[in-house]
Amino acid sequence: MQSVLSVAVDALAYGMVLFVISIGLSLTMGLMRVVNLAHGAFAMVGGYLASYAMRDLGLGYVVGLVLAVAGTVVIAAPIERLLYRRIYNAPELIQVLMTIGITFCVIGIANYAFGPTLKTIPLPGLLTGPVDLGFRSIAAHKLFAILCGFAVAAALWYLVERTSFGVKLRASVDNTPMAAALGVRTKSVYAASFAVSAGLAAFGGVVGAELLPIEPYYALRYMVTFLVVVAVGGAGSIGGALLACLVLGAVDTAGRYLMPDYGEFFFYLAVILIVCAFPRGLLGRA
Amino acid sequence: MNADHLTGAARPVARPRFSASADWIGLAAVLAAAGAGYLLFPDNLALLTRIVGIIMLVLSLDLVTGFCGVATLGHAALFGAGAYAAGIGAAHFGISDPVAMIAAGSAGGALAGLLSGFVILRGHGLGQLVLSIAIVNLFHEAANKATGWTGGSDGLTDIAPTPLFSVFAFDLWGHTAYALGVALLLIVLFLLQRLARSPFGMLCRGIRQDPIRVAAMGAPVRKTLLAMYVVSGLVAGVGGGLNAISTQVVGLDSVSFTLSASALVMLVLGGTGSLYGAIVGTVVFMLFEDFVSAANPFHWLTIVGALLVLVVLFAPRGIFGTSVRLLERSRRR
Amino acid sequence: MTPVFEVERLTRSFGGLAVTQAVSLTMAPGDRVALIGPNGAGKTTFVNLVTGHLKPNSGIVRLAGEELGGMSPMQRVRRGLVRSFQVTRLFPEMTPREHLALAILQRQGRTGRMFGTFWTMPDVLKESGALLATLGLESAADLKVAEIAYGQQRLLEIAFALALRPKVLLLDEPAAGVPQSETPRIDAALAGLPADLAVLMIEHDMDLVFRFARRVIVLAAGRIIFDGAPGDAAKDRRVREAYLGSYADDRGAP
Repeated sequence: MQSVLSVAVDALAYGMVLFVISIGLSLTMGLMRVVNLAHGAFAMVGGYLASYAMRDLGLGYVVGLVLAVAGTVVIAAPIERLLYRRIYNAPELIQVLMTIGITFCVIGIANYAFGPTLKTIPLPGLLTGPVDLGFRSIAAHKLFAILCGFAVAAALWYLVERTSFGVKLRASVDNTPMAAALGVRTKSVYAASFAVSAGLAAFGGVVGAELLPIEPYYALRYMVTFLVVVAVGGAGSIGGALLACLVLGAVDTAGRYLMPDYGEFFFYLAVILIVCAFPRGLLGRA
Repeated sequence: MNADHLTGAARPVARPRFSASADWIGLAAVLAAAGAGYLLFPDNLALLTRIVGIIMLVLSLDLVTGFCGVATLGHAALFGAGAYAAGIGAAHFGISDPVAMIAAGSAGGALAGLLSGFVILRGHGLGQLVLSIAIVNLFHEAANKATGWTGGSDGLTDIAPTPLFSVFAFDLWGHTAYALGVALLLIVLFLLQRLARSPFGMLCRGIRQDPIRVAAMGAPVRKTLLAMYVVSGLVAGVGGGLNAISTQVVGLDSVSFTLSASALVMLVLGGTGSLYGAIVGTVVFMLFEDFVSAANPFHWLTIVGALLVLVVLFAPRGIFGTSVRLLERSRRR
Repeated sequence: MTPVFEVERLTRSFGGLAVTQAVSLTMAPGDRVALIGPNGAGKTTFVNLVTGHLKPNSGIVRLAGEELGGMSPMQRVRRGLVRSFQVTRLFPEMTPREHLALAILQRQGRTGRMFGTFWTMPDVLKESGALLATLGLESAADLKVAEIAYGQQRLLEIAFALALRPKVLLLDEPAAGVPQSETPRIDAALAGLPADLAVLMIEHDMDLVFRFARRVIVLAAGRIIFDGAPGDAAKDRRVREAYLGSYADDRGAP
């Protein structure tokens, strides 16, 4: 019983980290229809910035986290303006190549600047120990990751469903030309969504650094995982992404516990079966 | 643009550009390039042979991506399956005759092509891309875990091909392997030139341009693509088998996502949809890689990334496609 | 004459909305029928039901006596029920000659062949050449479709369908988007369609309908409200109310 619970907590924590990182990818894919393979690179940039701010500059966790997210957005914005904007309506192959190119560049530069070793992000005292939940105790950083996941989901739900930006966003997702005709400045909506997406990726990269360690090949190693979340959840669907992350987190974590040697094999097998069964994602629109 | 163009009125039309002689010129050019490679890098025939093997992979990718329009990041599964089929045949079943090994490689590649095609063609857009990555990773994990057959992460060794036609031994300098590779490449290219012009090749190009239209004329889209995947597997498998023969070892990198992504980069660098684009892209990429990555693999990655972005922005037809276009323009003037 | 195309009480609804209600029609070889109706009358749904892209709730479609229910769109095309597209759907990088060769090879079941080329197949060359000549496309025969005029693309759309030698041809707005100056060529192409072919044209342009069709079927709110001679359609009260009103008034009809 104990082990089932601890697997469940691990699965939940992993799923929530996946959610925080991937939800931005899902939104931008639903909105701009751009297959952004470089999304993981932004999570990695966030991780590196946080590590640098906290370890080399000696700043606190919260300050470092905020700086990392802000820094990633500052880096991402000109990239959106100069590169992504040109491929929003391009064929998929072109998008794949451009964003793989960006990923390669980021990996090369990260390695040049920070070296090939793992970078840790020191946790504040509050997040290091176990937390006693009464019936059992779990690692504080996992609990933190889970809470962050729910907070992001709630905040995004509020942003999309309850704010005027959300109205513009949904209008643009449903029908870009119509939204533009109605006076929504879709370019600004795109740029803002991209910034939010990159910021969330950075946030997830920092919060999830204990589970997905920061190293130069991070962007390539987890590229598939993030894409899978969107493919399984359905592009642009918050609920779908949440569900996909919980399912994939469970499959992956259970696989690691039950068959440590064949975990990845079954993970990819599960991905193939799910995508084949739900070609438009679990909650994707037809 | 002139008035004729707008109304589509008669303007002198060259008789269709179908001539067998262009094919022969192409084959001769490839043979000449292979000879030049031999003269320029006599000490590095292993690299040249590896390039020939990868050319087959990229040609094979061109068949599904360039001709049929299927974007895939998992094509190394076909190449790796060919390499492992040839290697396992030699190491475990004593099938060490090089011709038989190539046959085993292409059979393995075709089987992997059938399987990946079956899976990948079920998806669309992002789903298709994810399926392609998942399938190459699945192959990778299978090869990684089946250590008894594949040697796992240590690689499959004990591959000792017998002399080609029982006459030409595979020497330390790689003369025989290189000659075999070039001969195979010429044969493959000769056959693919025909395939590209055949009714089947036309149908595939039609599917890339408008699959709904193809279906509306009563042709089976999925079945055709699946057939192309099998052909593609045959070609990639020949490359994989060649690689197994020349290096006498098969490693996990031959079924990796990285190799799949690199193959796509090479294809786009050279230009999709034309067989020569695939060849030019591979040669340029691999020589360049050999040159730069010797210094620092991460610089290499940065350069490839920047190169990709530049190609996408400024030369989406690739080196070969852009050169052909420039040549045509200068001729019209 | 025995009918080549029969539709019996074809019905389909989406949610509670009946988009096609008990539509029946019969066509004999050589018929020239126009299917018209205001926007939302269910013309597109009708086409999709007939071609097999949508499943009907009930009703029967027969081609040359054979029931098509349960057949895939592909099988229906192979049996001779061919459609053209309202929005030109051609292969931009292929030439008209290649289009026709491909369609002919498809009809002959030879598109699976991986060797040989149609340039060395005299029968394919001859047939495609004849079709190109019939439709006046010879001057554009070896240019890429992306480079030829829109009117020529519309002609090729018709030729492409003809190359499949259909028994029944569904022409979806063959003149859509064609400039006035080029409509005579479309007219000529339509006049030159094989005499034994049954043609069902879906069209908005009433002038073209009156020039082409010998029979008009008017669809409104999913039902056939008129089936008869074009001249009578304009006089029919229900048709005028449903559809022709403004048009007939414009022309100062009786």
